[in-house]
Amino acid sequence: MINETVTEKNKSVLANVFNDGLNWVDQRFPLTSNIKAHLTEYYAPKNFNFWYFFGSLSLLVLVLQIVTGIFLTMHYKPDAALAFASVEYIMRDVPWGWLIRYMHSTGASMFFIVVYLHMFRGIIYGSYRNPRELIWLFGVGIFLCLMGEAFFGYLLPWGQMSYWGAQVIVNLFSAIPFIGPDVSEWLRGDYLVSDATLNRFFAFHVIALPFVLVGLVAAHIIALHEVGSNNPDGIEIKKLKDKKTGIPLDGIPFHPYYTVKDIVGTVVFLMVFSVVIFFAPEMGGYFLEANNFVPANPLVTPAHIAPVWYFTPYYSILRAVPPFPGVSILGIPPSLFPGVAAMGLSVMVFAFLPWLDKSPVKSIRYRGSLYKQWLAAFVVSFIVLGYLGTKPSNVWGQFGVWLGNADRATVVARIFMIIYFAFFILMPWYTKKDKTLVVPERVTG
Amino acid sequence: MKIKNSIIKALLVLAFFPYFTLPLSAVANEGAHLDKAPIDASNHASLQRGARTFINSCLNCHSANYMRYNRLLEIGLTEKQIKDNLLFAGDKVGDTMRVTMNAAEAKKWFGVAPPDLSVEVRARGADWMYSYLRSFYRDDASTTGWGNCVFDPVTCKVSMPHVLYELQGEQAMNHETHALELSKPGKLSVAEYDTLAGDLTNFLAFMAEPTKQQRNRLGWFVLLFLGILLVLTYKLKKAYWKEIH
Repeated sequence: MINETVTEKNKSVLANVFNDGLNWVDQRFPLTSNIKAHLTEYYAPKNFNFWYFFGSLSLLVLVLQIVTGIFLTMHYKPDAALAFASVEYIMRDVPWGWLIRYMHSTGASMFFIVVYLHMFRGIIYGSYRNPRELIWLFGVGIFLCLMGEAFFGYLLPWGQMSYWGAQVIVNLFSAIPFIGPDVSEWLRGDYLVSDATLNRFFAFHVIALPFVLVGLVAAHIIALHEVGSNNPDGIEIKKLKDKKTGIPLDGIPFHPYYTVKDIVGTVVFLMVFSVVIFFAPEMGGYFLEANNFVPANPLVTPAHIAPVWYFTPYYSILRAVPPFPGVSILGIPPSLFPGVAAMGLSVMVFAFLPWLDKSPVKSIRYRGSLYKQWLAAFVVSFIVLGYLGTKPSNVWGQFGVWLGNADRATVVARIFMIIYFAFFILMPWYTKKDKTLVVPERVTG
Repeated sequence: MKIKNSIIKALLVLAFFPYFTLPLSAVANEGAHLDKAPIDASNHASLQRGARTFINSCLNCHSANYMRYNRLLEIGLTEKQIKDNLLFAGDKVGDTMRVTMNAAEAKKWFGVAPPDLSVEVRARGADWMYSYLRSFYRDDASTTGWGNCVFDPVTCKVSMPHVLYELQGEQAMNHETHALELSKPGKLSVAEYDTLAGDLTNFLAFMAEPTKQQRNRLGWFVLLFLGILLVLTYKLKKAYWKEIH
């Protein structure tokens, strides 16, 4: 009896101390109001499905990459003479270094997997549409940053693929008319990829881009919480609110409902992540390429240079576009610029989606078959281009003389490249023409 | 119910992963036929025999600059055994496996400096290594007197002489069948030499990633932990979502 009252008393004392502390903070910093705005009183649609895990998972991978990256930086040496050895030192002599390094190298690929799935979710449910155009644009910015992070980071182990991959990509800038060669030299800081390049790529990878990336992620989430989340039905839950409380009828507070749900998604993700880290960190050469276990050698060009899988759809497009033959009369030299421009466009084109889509509905659930066919064609071309990008262009042999002995794979890549771009370019037409279904008032679960 | 579907979908995605592992690793070795290497990281006797062959025969020209001698404790050797049998004069047990051969001079002698072998198996693959070690043949037309079609399937030229020829003997290329035939027997029988090459490859694979065994073992515990966590978090989610319709 006595004991119980004492505990009760202690409890209330503790609660008071806590509340006083919280008040003290709240008078100086909007802590409680922010927790409410972003978690406990942020009302998300109650019908999120499988596809809605990948936003929070992207955030999780970002944090993992930053934390493992900090520990790698403690042991890595950004020096052409020491870099390769320092990575092996991390793999062998640093306690748990192998785990940290595999988490980081696997994390890079997993980042692209979750971000691609997250982007696909945005596409199928029309999450880029009014009023969420800015969320989408910030997202495209994040995607570009991520590609930069992956590219700069890939040079750091200083293996053959690191070196020659960087050489090929930086050389692409030389194809830009007039200023190209100077731009690529400026990027490298040398006439070829060298110690100077490694040092600046290290700087970009560990501070410049992560800084921009985190800023863009914050903007992405702030913009999202301003307008509210889309959902698989593509309807605005804010249109129907409870008259008394002003809470959307189909909305539930993000915390606790989606925090407990996302934790389940996180555990499943970590299981997949662990299977790769502990049992197949190279993923058969897709996550860590065999040739990158050979130290960089500027004098030996590998027989087959392929980018890591997440770049291969765009790399395929680069290779598929025929070079500009040059005009002898005007003195314009032949150039690879058309391919480089097409590759740039194939990434940037995602930014135009909010204005290309003219459908009266947002979600794929209420779109007609025309849209679905185009989307399926796009997904197939993305995967085929991605596959071909990992292979040399003679992988399927050549056509006969009737097609000028053209590489079969190149012809196939050209066809799928046209479908890839047509998905975007023809979107205003087929989304307007498509027969849509009636969108319900309330979410359907 | 919905989250259960989600978990099933995620596992399906996981099931697709092996698709990725199929084609790429083959790219590096197009052309040559490779035999399957008998890799077994738990076979300490094989690893120890491989370590002895490596240190006696390879570690004069090839270094293993990222491999420390005391890592051999992990394949069942004692510190005394390492010191007495495997260390060169002046080396300490915590040193890495260096060689004194100067890379510039080696290049003059062989045309190319012998590569460091610490992670060679990760670059080439164990099957390549095992096949390579067994595919030297007499080629009097070449500068070293040896050819090897695993190393270069087009020219069959190789810069390294056949260091283990006393053990294997000499093979000759039958130019009609393109098969290798033993023309002069060595100290070992064919089966014994294959075992030696297998042990050496096994050791080179161990050396390329000494933490691999630990990694695989730990993986099961991590998955077990996450499996339990999955059950608990799923039940937590169900409890909260009961009230949502």
